[in-house]
This record gives sequence, structure tokens and C-alpha cells, in this order.
Amino acid sequence: MAVQVRVPTVLRSATAGQSTVDAEGATVGEVLDQLGGRFPGLAGQLIGEDGELHRFVNVYLNDDDVRYLEKLATKVGDGDIVSILPAVAGGAV
Amino acid sequence: MLSLERDAYLAMLSHALGAYPEEACGLLVGPVLAGPADEPGAGVARVVRAVRARNEAASARVYTVHPLDLLRADREAQQAGAELIGVYHSHTHTAAFPSPTDVAQAPDPSWHYVLVSLAAPEPVLRSYRIVDGKRTEEPVVLGIV
Repeated sequence: MAVQVRVPTVLRSATAGQSTVDAEGATVGEVLDQLGGRFPGLAGQLIGEDGELHRFVNVYLNDDDVRYLEKLATKVGDGDIVSILPAVAGGAV
Repeated sequence: MLSLERDAYLAMLSHALGAYPEEACGLLVGPVLAGPADEPGAGVARVVRAVRARNEAASARVYTVHPLDLLRADREAQQAGAELIGVYHSHTHTAAFPSPTDVAQAPDPSWHYVLVSLAAPEPVLRSYRIVDGKRTEEPVVLGIV
């Protein structure tokens, strides 16, 4: 499946400044693995040693958080958009 | 230096006051940054819009920008030929200064971090760069410079 992946500004140094990259895979995990292979700077930024998404990264398939779908096993379709989003958080303490 | 359109400035203050006692948060939209954005104080960044986000934490002490609101703001900015260039949030009872939590969780060294404090009778708005765990205040001006 051919999908587009939206890369947040903080990770664009790893994709030569590209904000959107084309990728292939049957699942979200395969798409991210393929990206990590093409852009070594991305490998390790997205998926932890436990094989799950890092908690400071959110990944959406179109309008849905993949954590509430089937996580990295979520199937993708041709033309889908996978968005990588940094967790944006803080607090007064 | 951070240059705020007046509407963006007012939107942040009214959001902060309206969300009280919870922390308000949202995204800053501006033209695509040029130059070495990871250097504190590099150039002038212009905020053309402040986009409200839901605080997923729904708390008076912490905030988490709802990721779907981040996604929508990113798409809107992209369609307008702009970019997300930062985030704002309010501190309801403390100064407009990034807390250790804010510094530890700052997601992007190229971003601008705007704080709105409601601790004093008048709201106070300040902006910071946060790079490698170091916070640096930057001047804020209203309107286009």
C-alpha cells in the first residue's frame, strides 16, 4: 500500500527537510519500519525497544489515533495519510 | 523575537481567562521558518494565528494538547502555506516562566513557547525558546515588524 507520511518539524532534520514523504507497507508498523530504513535518523525516534510506539509520539492514520485502533498492526490502505505527531505537553509544576 | 498579530494575542488571553481554573493550550501558526531556527533569538518569528486546542489533561496543573487538535491545526496551517511554529499555554497560579515540566517535555527546539500567567490581576504573556533543556526568554511585540 502506498501512503503519505506527515513528518513533524522536530523530525525533519532526519528527512532532509521534507514535511511529507511517500512510503509503503501493509500496516502502520511496516510503514514506520520502512521510513526508519530510508531515514536512519528516524529509526529509534518512533518505536521503542519494546516494539511499541514511544509515549512521546502519537501516530494518526487519517483521523484516528492508532493507539485506539490496532496500534502498529493497524492496516493501511492506498492513499491513506499517516501523521507523526509529537506529544505536546507541560505544566505549572 | 516573536511578533504577534493582535488577534492572536487577544485569542490567547481570552482562551486563558475562559479556561480558568484549568490550563488553556493551543498552537501557534506562522510562516515557514527560515534560517537556523534552533538558535535562540534567531530572527523574528511571526504568529498569524493562535489555534485553540483541547487540554486533554483537563487540569489546573498540567496540559496535554489533544493530538487530534494538533493534527487539525497542522493541516490547516499546511493548507494556508504556513507551519506550526510553537505552542501556548496558561499558568493559572504561577508566573509566565517555563516550569521544569515544560522544559523536560518541550517537543521541538525550533518552536516558540508562549506562557500566559493569570497569577496577577492582569494577564502576563511571555515567550521562550527551549533548546537542549535551556530556556531563553525572547522579546514579544504586537503587530508586524
